Amino acid sequence: MIKTDNLSKKFNTTLAVDNLCLDVSEGEVFGFLGPNGAGKTTTVRMLTSLIGPTSGSAIVNGFQVGRQDTEIRRSVGILTESPGMYDNLSAEFNLEIYANLYEVKDPKGQVEKYLRMLGLWERRHDEAGTFSKGMKQKLAIARALLHEPRILFLDEPTAALDPEASHLVHDFITELRKEGRTIFLCTHNLDEADRLCDRIGVFKTHLLVVDSPSNLRSQLFGRRVVFHLQRVDETIAASISSLPFVREAKVIENKLLLSLEDPETHNPEIIRKLVDAGADIQFVGELRHSLEDVYLQLVKNA
Amino acid sequence: MKKIKTIIKKEWAEVFKKRMVLFSVIFMPLFLSLLPLIILYSMGGSAQNSANAELPAQFQQICGADLTGGQCMQYYIVSEFLIMFMLIPLFIPVNIAAYSIVGEKTTHSLEPLLATPITTGELLAGKNLASVIPAVIATWIGFAIFAIGTLIITGGGALAAALLDPMWLIAIFLAGPLMAVLSVNFSIMVSSRVNDPRVAEQLSAVIILPLLAVFFGQIAGLFILNSTLILIMCVVLLLVDILMVYLSIRLFQRETILTRWK
Repeated sequence: MIKTDNLSKKFNTTLAVDNLCLDVSEGEVFGFLGPNGAGKTTTVRMLTSLIGPTSGSAIVNGFQVGRQDTEIRRSVGILTESPGMYDNLSAEFNLEIYANLYEVKDPKGQVEKYLRMLGLWERRHDEAGTFSKGMKQKLAIARALLHEPRILFLDEPTAALDPEASHLVHDFITELRKEGRTIFLCTHNLDEADRLCDRIGVFKTHLLVVDSPSNLRSQLFGRRVVFHLQRVDETIAASISSLPFVREAKVIENKLLLSLEDPETHNPEIIRKLVDAGADIQFVGELRHSLEDVYLQLVKNA
Repeated sequence: MKKIKTIIKKEWAEVFKKRMVLFSVIFMPLFLSLLPLIILYSMGGSAQNSANAELPAQFQQICGADLTGGQCMQYYIVSEFLIMFMLIPLFIPVNIAAYSIVGEKTTHSLEPLLATPITTGELLAGKNLASVIPAVIATWIGFAIFAIGTLIITGGGALAAALLDPMWLIAIFLAGPLMAVLSVNFSIMVSSRVNDPRVAEQLSAVIILPLLAVFFGQIAGLFILNSTLILIMCVVLLLVDILMVYLSIRLFQRETILTRWK
């Protein structure tokens, strides 16, 4: 659905996007992570034909960026960083404007559908300026969906929203995913990316890595399993760390922390070994690195 | 065409909620209609005995044998206000158009708008018409009030015929809309290139200066407007308008507008 080939953008002497190569499949939720000023918004603007690339190429929904810009704009939906509603116009009129600009066949019907879906129907006559941030964001999401695009670009959809409003937006994104829409999600919210995205791309002018959140964790840190024992002595720790599949073993208080390649396969053997060595196992669990750890590690190395 | 209509509807819904714009669209034409009528009415008796010699030489020629000295004086003074009628299609759109792009920038609504499949031509046509139509209608209504008032006050004699002659009809009904188009496109060009609505309004107001030069030129007796001069003005305006429309589309660089403003 989205394919870029060495896509680059330069503003005067500043390189904002450097040889971006991406391939986002249909129905995928792709998280685009990166620090401020990394070029995420520039990338979204290029992919939605708002600005042109300096070099390279991109195909969005089968249309070429720079050559079929009107077709791209017609077929994608975008939630910009700021909702950008017309504050002194009613919510309904705001959406009707966009329904007409997106050439929607039944503008009134579509407007009603999304206002109801997002719980704004009762407030349809109110000026958008009277809405809370969360409501404005929902209105902006409705605007991006009026023409039923198969690809949706969401630029920081939960920025500045309270947890309840963020939760509603997350649920809505999950619903959109179930409908099979492709979602390109720019976010700083790593929990959000972890929860919603099939794959994430960490980006800082150029793409650092693309993979699923779980693969990234295991690639960067391996998988770690913690064994809570009643007592850990050096003999037990030494016998476990000598096992060939244990990449690293640490003892912290009465916990034995192991880095393993495949915990599902190796845990039973470790447990047997611990029991044979006389250890009393209280609890076993996987210690998950947060996506934040992954992200910080990648950005730091970049 | 539907997209152009949508932009016009949106612009009107937004802009006519601003009291200042409503005031300028309603008050200025009304003021410029009533003021010459009041002067015409109050000069009705006192100007009867004025001599032709007090007027610029060209005016005496124009007044000719049909108007008395007093009527020629009335014609001279009131016709200065008729030039002011040509200010309305310049002034009103500045208020609306100057805000049109920079306003979208400041409210961050330009990016979602440009993300729709609307073309630059459609967007600017919508913004143009949304500013030109109220200005032209307000001018025409103002002139209609003036014309009816003139007929009532003068009783429809030679003075009324002079004040409502084809020259002024061409000026109001042809030059007026052409001036509005000029003003709007100039304002849109300014609006696309600044970040502050106040700056846009102030810079756009520069477009009024050439007409003020015509106004003061006529008062100073440097020249007297006539049908030929107005027709030449219309032709020049038409050519300038075509150039301005072309330039405003060419200079409306979506990328620059989106990436330079913060």
